[in-house]
Amino acid sequence: MATTFGRLGDPNTAARVQAELARSGDAKGRAFQYLLLGGLFLALIILVLLIETVIQDGWSVFTDRGLVDFLSSPLRSEAAEAGVFQGLRGSFWIAVMVALIAFPIGIGSAVYLEEYAGKTRFARTVDLAIRNLAGVPSVVYGILGLTVFVQGYRVPVLGWETADWTGGPSLLSAGLTLSILVLPIVIITAAEAVRAVPQSLREASYGVGATKWETVKDTVLPYAAPGILTGTLLSLARAIGEAAPLILVGAVTGRLATAHEGWFDIGQLTDRFTAMPIVITRWATLPEREFNVTNTAAAIIVLLVFVLMLNSAAIVLRNRFEKKRQG
Amino acid sequence: MTEVMDVAKPREDQMTMAPRPEVESEESLEGAEMIIELAGVDIYYSSFRAVTGVDMAIHRNEITAMIGPSGCGKSTVLRSLNRMNDLVDGARVEGRVAYHGVDLYDPRVDPVEIRRRIGMVFQKPNPFPKSIFDNIAYGPRLKGIKKKGELSDLVESSLRKAALWDEVKDRLQDSAMGLSGGQQQRLCIARAVATEPDVLLMDEPCSALDPIATTRIEELMEEIKSEYTIVIVTHNMQQAARVSDRTAFFTTVLPDGTVETLEGDRRSGRLAEYGSTRKIFSNPDDARTEQYISGRVG
Repeated sequence: MATTFGRLGDPNTAARVQAELARSGDAKGRAFQYLLLGGLFLALIILVLLIETVIQDGWSVFTDRGLVDFLSSPLRSEAAEAGVFQGLRGSFWIAVMVALIAFPIGIGSAVYLEEYAGKTRFARTVDLAIRNLAGVPSVVYGILGLTVFVQGYRVPVLGWETADWTGGPSLLSAGLTLSILVLPIVIITAAEAVRAVPQSLREASYGVGATKWETVKDTVLPYAAPGILTGTLLSLARAIGEAAPLILVGAVTGRLATAHEGWFDIGQLTDRFTAMPIVITRWATLPEREFNVTNTAAAIIVLLVFVLMLNSAAIVLRNRFEKKRQG
Repeated sequence: MTEVMDVAKPREDQMTMAPRPEVESEESLEGAEMIIELAGVDIYYSSFRAVTGVDMAIHRNEITAMIGPSGCGKSTVLRSLNRMNDLVDGARVEGRVAYHGVDLYDPRVDPVEIRRRIGMVFQKPNPFPKSIFDNIAYGPRLKGIKKKGELSDLVESSLRKAALWDEVKDRLQDSAMGLSGGQQQRLCIARAVATEPDVLLMDEPCSALDPIATTRIEELMEEIKSEYTIVIVTHNMQQAARVSDRTAFFTTVLPDGTVETLEGDRRSGRLAEYGSTRKIFSNPDDARTEQYISGRVG
């Protein structure tokens, strides 16, 4: 018999306690858990089916013609010769413009709203307006871009004609329009990242005699950087995937001949343009199977990989910043 | 600094008028130089008056403890001494908080300059997510000290003062986040010390620490008190009794034992009694202090 350390009470007590402690089996809880799991699987299955279909339809382009040929050919009416070069270049420049225009303005606005504006009525109103703007359909931004950048808008007082700068239905107009489109999202995500900086860190900074600027620059922004980065790069992915506003801004769907043909030729900013989502929507509506199935699927794969690369860059950068945050 | 001093001159009349706190005539505390003075201080959070009518003086090279039940306003008073309350929306101080005779809430006074002279250690250790070295060097760098040698010396001397040097000297470039809670809090003390402040405010610095770490911090306060003036808010009455020279007891109870309820069922903190720690803990004048000390209220 095992060593005992004392005397137990009534033997009935043990039986009663055992009955009370018996597992009752949380049926509702388990049902809920399976429901969640089911939802997750459904989402995964749809995603896998999508990718599988696209690869099956489009892979032959890469094997028959080769990836390089598809990536470097311009838009053509012959399916076997048409490529995504112009679309990819347009999307690349749109990404660059969004990064250069929307990110600094958006992050700056977020820091102002969170760190400087205080809890004034003005700040609350602006915050509410930005949240609503984030929900405005992208076509509406397209109309804005059409009116302001493409058709031209005379800036009051200064008398500038915007179309003189943008060149009308140009890559620059598209970049500006999509920058405005993602600006609310950039502001909201960056503001959330700034808000997540612990107040104790701000106190630590002020406590050693830092000014507001020094606190923001040395403590708040480095700490918020991973969050800001994730949000902004996800919004970049959104900008690259938009088609509707680009159609309104005047993206070219057929033959596109421009004076500037190189990847990094800055002169193309005021040229007419096209972009990956435009190429995909255009091809998908053409009657030939080589276009509406094969080439479309191949273009989708290219766009997916492009976005995937951007997101991977976001993750790598975020991890690096997070590592830095831990010291 | 010279500019700050000029501000003091027209206000000398107010200084002499300030009530002397009721310090007992105990030899060791007599004639100590006054460094911070509070006269008729009310502190508001928006419309709520969190603290009412505080008159007291902080003396050079002493440890002054602020004790009292939760919500009695002791932390609020402490944070008013280096304008940390400025960070709270709607916080406002009325009355006079003077440092070396200069009103800290004078619009001509720069709160950044105040905080360089009146440093702070917070309740929860809050090191920057940087290396140990950079944590300490941050304040001095802001003051314009750039030379590597000078910074290294300052980091070493600050860490020595905070009794942390021997534990971290071989890993100054490691993250401060990897230190234990007690080490982090000593790092925060070293960081505050590195800006070479005059006064050190400590807001319940040991509340998140175990007894061993607490003892180290208490010993540390005793050691550095010859160089600094320390004001500590503590929930731990034994700690106040052990380390402080003077004790201020705050409460929301009025002298007649009733409470004043403000809007929203909130109460305003008041200074019930201020005197030498020995007197407060052995023979307090105020019945409220006596009740709190003996554990009957609070």
